[in-house]
Parts: sequence; structure tokens; C-alpha cells
Amino acid sequence: METKNKAMLSGQHFMNGDVACAEGAIAVGCRFFAGYPITPATEIAERMARRLPQVSGVYIQMEDELASIAAVLGASNAGTKAMTATSGPGFSLMMENIGLAVMTETPCVIVDIMRGGPSTGQPTMPGQQDVMQARWGSHGDYEIIALTPSSVQEMFDLTIEAFNLSETYRVPTFLLADEIIGHMWERVNIPSAKSIKVVNRKKPVTPPSEYGPFKPDEDLVPPMACFGEGYRFHATGLTHDEYGRPKTDSAEVQQDLVQRLCEKIRRNSDKIVKVDRVLLEDAEVAVVAYGIASRAALSAVRKARAQGIKAGLLRLVTVWPFPDKQVEEVAQKVKALVVPEMNYGQIVREVRRVAKETPVIFLSKLGEEPHKPLEILDALGEFRK
Amino acid sequence: MTKKQLEMKHPYERFLRKERMPHIWCEGCGNGIILNCFARALDELDIDLNNVVVVSGIGCIGRISGYVNADSFHTTHGRPIAFATGAKLAKPELKVVVISGDGDLFAIGGNHFIHAARRNVDIKVICANNFVYGMTGGQYGPTTPLEAWTTTTPYGNIEQAFNLVHLAAASGAVYVARWTALHVRRLTESIKKALQKEGFSFVEVISQCPEIYGRHNKMKTAISMMKWFKEASEVRNFSDPAKADISPSRIIVGEFVDVEKPSYGRLLREMKAKLQTE
Amino acid sequence: MRLEIRLAGFGGQGIIRAGLMLAMASCIYEGKNAVQTQSYGPESRGGACKSEVVISDEDIDYPKVVEPDILVVLSQEAYNAYVETVKKGGLLLLDPGMVPLRESKNVGVRVFMIPAAKIAEQLGKTIVANVVMLGALVSITKIIGIEAFRKSLLSNIPKGTEKLNLAALRKGYEYGKKLLEEADTSLNIA
Repeated sequence: METKNKAMLSGQHFMNGDVACAEGAIAVGCRFFAGYPITPATEIAERMARRLPQVSGVYIQMEDELASIAAVLGASNAGTKAMTATSGPGFSLMMENIGLAVMTETPCVIVDIMRGGPSTGQPTMPGQQDVMQARWGSHGDYEIIALTPSSVQEMFDLTIEAFNLSETYRVPTFLLADEIIGHMWERVNIPSAKSIKVVNRKKPVTPPSEYGPFKPDEDLVPPMACFGEGYRFHATGLTHDEYGRPKTDSAEVQQDLVQRLCEKIRRNSDKIVKVDRVLLEDAEVAVVAYGIASRAALSAVRKARAQGIKAGLLRLVTVWPFPDKQVEEVAQKVKALVVPEMNYGQIVREVRRVAKETPVIFLSKLGEEPHKPLEILDALGEFRK
Repeated sequence: MTKKQLEMKHPYERFLRKERMPHIWCEGCGNGIILNCFARALDELDIDLNNVVVVSGIGCIGRISGYVNADSFHTTHGRPIAFATGAKLAKPELKVVVISGDGDLFAIGGNHFIHAARRNVDIKVICANNFVYGMTGGQYGPTTPLEAWTTTTPYGNIEQAFNLVHLAAASGAVYVARWTALHVRRLTESIKKALQKEGFSFVEVISQCPEIYGRHNKMKTAISMMKWFKEASEVRNFSDPAKADISPSRIIVGEFVDVEKPSYGRLLREMKAKLQTE
Repeated sequence: MRLEIRLAGFGGQGIIRAGLMLAMASCIYEGKNAVQTQSYGPESRGGACKSEVVISDEDIDYPKVVEPDILVVLSQEAYNAYVETVKKGGLLLLDPGMVPLRESKNVGVRVFMIPAAKIAEQLGKTIVANVVMLGALVSITKIIGIEAFRKSLLSNIPKGTEKLNLAALRKGYEYGKKLLEEADTSLNIA
């Protein structure tokens, strides 16, 4: 594939998920990548190392994941769209500075190609075991955004979406894929440059003397000045007021800040959340799935329909903020929900919380192979008339 | 006070965010001297403050980023150098300065220091070395001298201390200097040199902490600590960094390294330019 | 119509690349839908390695192979692990030199033995054994046109190795064709 000095490889390609993710990032304007090699996310770094210098970007391999995420925050505050990519162990190391990104409202994209954990676990095997960590891994109360691609095309599309959301809400945004999606090769259609939606952080309109780097607009998101633009702003991981001044002993400032950091996502969740509804209209039983598990779920639902079982699929494209409304709406209509995940029970907790009285059947899967369609079909089979 | 006196402005006022004063530092602390020398260096070089970014970590000196009237970022503990690396590479026209403490830069953040020096990233690092974790109440750190008393070495320190100038030189820094907070003129000159130098530059400042370190080590006042600096300091410019000791009787200070080497940013620009013309 | 292919052997044999070339030929050069997935151990060389391809005229939901229509094995270990998984009426392609012990209860599977490593050796490079095997697969199964496969092959190999790879493809293709013509004798039970 001829890539030389091209930011957009418009056209049809056969590529793997990791490469599609890198291309999506470049297409949306990411020009800085800092990372540390880790299976199964290495191909993203390798692609970025080759591609970024071609488009005047910066690739740097840092000494560890602590440094990688810190460098990403530095680059983003200098005005460049920046990302890193990792897997479980590296994701764990990044947690503290993910909190700093939340606190300083630094846009950044963090890709986690999930493998089997805990600890070093199964480096070359798939997992969906980091979804709760993405939500709760750093200390304190906060909200983030996380997207879960289920195809190579979505690795491209949702990386673009992740950047756009991160820039819109000034919040770290995660792309949570798994080893299978990351390493899988599929067709990708890369559109023309002008048909890609690119969102950039909003800039201050007030003069520097009046500018408060954390003074929000009505959407609760403050305009963002960057280094060298003459605003001379200060940002800190300490609790701070609208002007970035540390306020470590004010209950009021702490209340206002934490509340706003959470509410800017919660209040906008209708705009953020995306789901894919398949055959749900008349469904009597529904599968709620995301990522690789949703591919088996789709196959199972189709097979179930062929057998006369009224099954449907609610595929979560966004897992955080959790699609409460969308899941609740389905839960109220069906006799039961089936949740397959490549973990020992994570998103199913959210589904149960929202489903209330509706029974939720959880299908866990750990190790090399994802759920087989027949395993999900078995669970749906109980609802045959 | 006369009217004229009231109207008088401190010559370095423009370098400070006045509304953040008073600062949180204790009476007699060396951090104010470091801030003063930094401001003086910026002033004497006539550097546009809009192009300066000050990055700090956690610790007493970490608050300096909030006091300097430039773009500034107070990062997590240990990570200012990694953050600064990203900022500098993303926007090479910025002057990116890390000002932080010995614990932040050399314990929790030690790995970033040696790798940034190895890569020769064009950032400036000023370390306030006060031999102790001040903000948490006086625990020993990576530069605490052998036998010193701290709250976590109640029987005297049994760990060897890092020689920071030796570490910086060995890691590849292109400019390395050490002064004490007493050597304000020479310290200012070294900060100026670092600011003008291309590549990873390191200035260590031995800074007094009478409140937390001194009082456990028979130097209860700033004066007594600075007396130690005065009596023990020996200027040994361009001497072997490995022999740049700090002991109760001798503090070797001076400039140790001043060499030319292409910075990471320059090599990166050259690589990109080559790609564009190929 | 969904077609599932599993290729298995050990790392370093070009198993993953082989699956990729098949999927790419089908997807990019023949306009079908195709997905390639893989699994491998931590070793770069020598560990068990598996590559799976699903080809379909329709949209592919499940990307993994459940019951292969075609199994290609290049190691004894892979044979032992997967020979029983082939669909009834399916095809098994193997290199007899790499799979000396062949005992299976899987009846109803057509077996084709292609001495891919040996043929590759005669060409001067054993690394193209995977391409020999794919050449045979293309002529025996006809799941992909030779022209589409040729294009896919050329876009997946390093510059300067075109001649060697194309020779390997031709040899494998011809060997497969010959086997098919002698189909009665090759209709063994696995």
C-alpha cells in the first residue's frame, strides 16, 4: 500500500484492526503518538512510527507507559491531537495520569487492545476484562467515554469518533478493542478527506486577561487555550477553581469541580451514546453485547430467527457512559436479556442494574476462543415458543 | 511608607502571578531564591514569556509552576519530564522548563530523567535538591546524605545518595551544573546557559530546608544551613562529575558538562525533512 | 454461502500470511466478504500457530471458524489438534513430510497430500512452502481464481522475491491440478 506523505488513504483496503486504528487517528488529525511496545497493541505503534513522520507528526517510544500517557498530555496541551495505545498491564500503569487528564480536561485518546488478565495473563489471547478498569481505574469520581469497536472498519471509524468526542468534551476517551479485533484483517473503506467529520477543541474567545481555563460554557465544557498562544494559563491536578488556582481546602470548589467533570458527560450522554439495534422490533429475548462478543451474538440472533425464536441484538458501540436508557428500553420489552462477555462478569453488572426485574443471563468466556454462536443460541433457545 | 514607595514595582513582578501570593513555602526556604534566579535569567535573556512553559511535579517546589506568569502545568508526581517531552516535541518553538524536586525527579521520576537525558530532548531541568521530602513532612529521599536524620531514618540514613550531576552527565545531558541557593549569581548564569543551550540541560540547586530537613540535622535556621553551603562549597568547574561529592565538609559545585550534541528534536526535524523531499 | 478455512502449523511457516493472502484475494480482488483471524503463542518461531479465513457472499457476522470446510495442516501437532474438526464432505490438505502419522476417525473428508516443503526445497527456498500449498489449494478447491490469488500474493511479499513466489505458486497449482485429475486415487479417508 503506497502511503507516502498521505494523510488519508482514501479507498478500499484490506487491513488489520490495529492498522485501521492508526489510520483513523491520522485521518482525524492526530499528529502525536507516545507509546511503549506491548502485545497485542504493538502494530498500532509500528504503524504510527512509519506514518506520523510522513505527515509531519511525532512518534516517540517512551521508557514506559507512565511516560507515554504523560507525554500525550504534554503534546495535547501544546495544541496537538495526541494518542497512545496499550494493553492491560500498560493500561494499569497509565491510570494515574488518566486522572490528570480528567482533572485538567486534556483531550486525548487511549487505545486498549485488551488481552487476558489479571497481571501479565495471556498476552496473545483476547479479553474484555478492562472495561470496568476504563471506567473506574483512576482514583476519585469522574466520567470518561469508552467506545467498543466490533470490526476493522469500526477500528477506523470509532478512532475518529473517539478523537471527536475527546475534543468536544475535553475528556480522555478510550477505544476498547480486544486482541481478535486488533489483529483481525477485514475490508476497510476509507472515505475522502472532506467526508470525514473532524471536531477540534473550542478555543477561547475572551482576551487572556479574562480567560479562565476551567470556566465552562453552558455545555459545561471550558474553551481550551494551549501552550504558546499567549494565554499563560496554569493547570494542576490539584482541585482548582475556574482560573486554575489550587483550592485544596475549599469544600465548595471541590463540590463544583467534581460535579462539573461528571455532569459534562452525564448531561450530554444522549449525544455521546451510540448503540446498534438489530431485529429488536418484535424481539422477545435480546442479546446485549459489544466488541468481539457481539459478532457471535449477531450470528446467534440470525440463527435463532431462522428457528422461529424472536431474538434481537442490542450492540453497544459506547460502553461509557453506559447506555442506561437504551438498555432499559429493550429490557422492558423482552422476557430476558443475554449478555456474553469475554470476562468473568463486568458490563453485565450494568445491564442488571438497568434491567431491574427482567432476568439477565450471563455467558462468560475466558481464554483463546470467543463465544461460539451456538453457545449464545443455546441460551436463546430457552425462549423458543 | 511614602506614596512613591507604594507605587514602586518589583522589577520581576511581571514574571509572577501576583494573585497567587503569598506562596506556600516556609520562611527561609530556598525555593524563593530559585524562583528569583529563574525570573532574573528570563529577564536578562529577554525571553518572551508567551513562549515559556514551566512544568513541575509534586512537592514544595512543584508549586512554582503556579507562581510563574507563563503557561504552566503542575503534573502528577514524577512525571513532569515526560509531560515536558510531549509538549516540546509537539511545539518545538516553546522553551520548556521543568522545575521540580529531588524526590519527584530522581525517585518516582528517575527513569524519565535518565531517558530524556539519553534522548537529548531539548528541555531544561532545574532540580531543587533539599535532601528530603518536605511536603509530606520530612522523609528521606534519593539524595538524603548517609547518616542524616529524617522522620523515616530515625536511626540515621543507611542508604547511599545519588550524585545528581554524575547521573545527569552519565545519562547524556549536554549541560550540567550544580550550585547552592547561596550562589545566586552563578546559579542565574547557569540557568541562562541552560535556556540558551540546545538539548537536555540540567541545573541542580542545593536548597536549604531548615524547617523539615535542617531541624533534624542540627541546622535549625536558614542561616545555619546557608553557612554550611558557604563553608563547604568548593567551585570545581569541569571537574569529574563522579567526584562531585556532597558531604558535611564539602559540597562540590560548578559547571560540569557543556558539550554540543544534536537534540532529539533536531534529528526528528531532519528525518521528517528528508521524508518530504524523497 | 459461508466458507470456512483453517490453516495450522507452527510459527515461522508463514501460516498467518497464507491466510491473509487467501482472504485478501477473495475480498479485494474478487469482491467477496472475507475475514482473517489468527492465534499464536508468545514465540515468534516454532510455537503452534493457526490462521482462519471466512469467505462469504454475504456479510460475515462471526469471524472465526467453527467447522472448517477446508483444513490445511503443516505440522503433526496441527494435524492431531484439528483433523477431527473438518466438516463432513470437507477437504484436508496436508504436507505428508510434515505429518508422518496420519490416523483419524474422521470419515467423509477428502484428503490431498501435497509435499509442499519438498517442492519448495527444489525451488531453492523452503520458506515458500506455504505458497506451494496455497497454489495447490487454489487449483483443488477453486474457491479463488488463480488471477486474484496471484495479485494478492504479489501485494503480500517483499520486493525481489516475486519470481520465486510465482514459481512456487505455479508448482503448487500444477501439483494440485494433477492430484485432482487422479482424484479417484486421492479420495482417501483421513
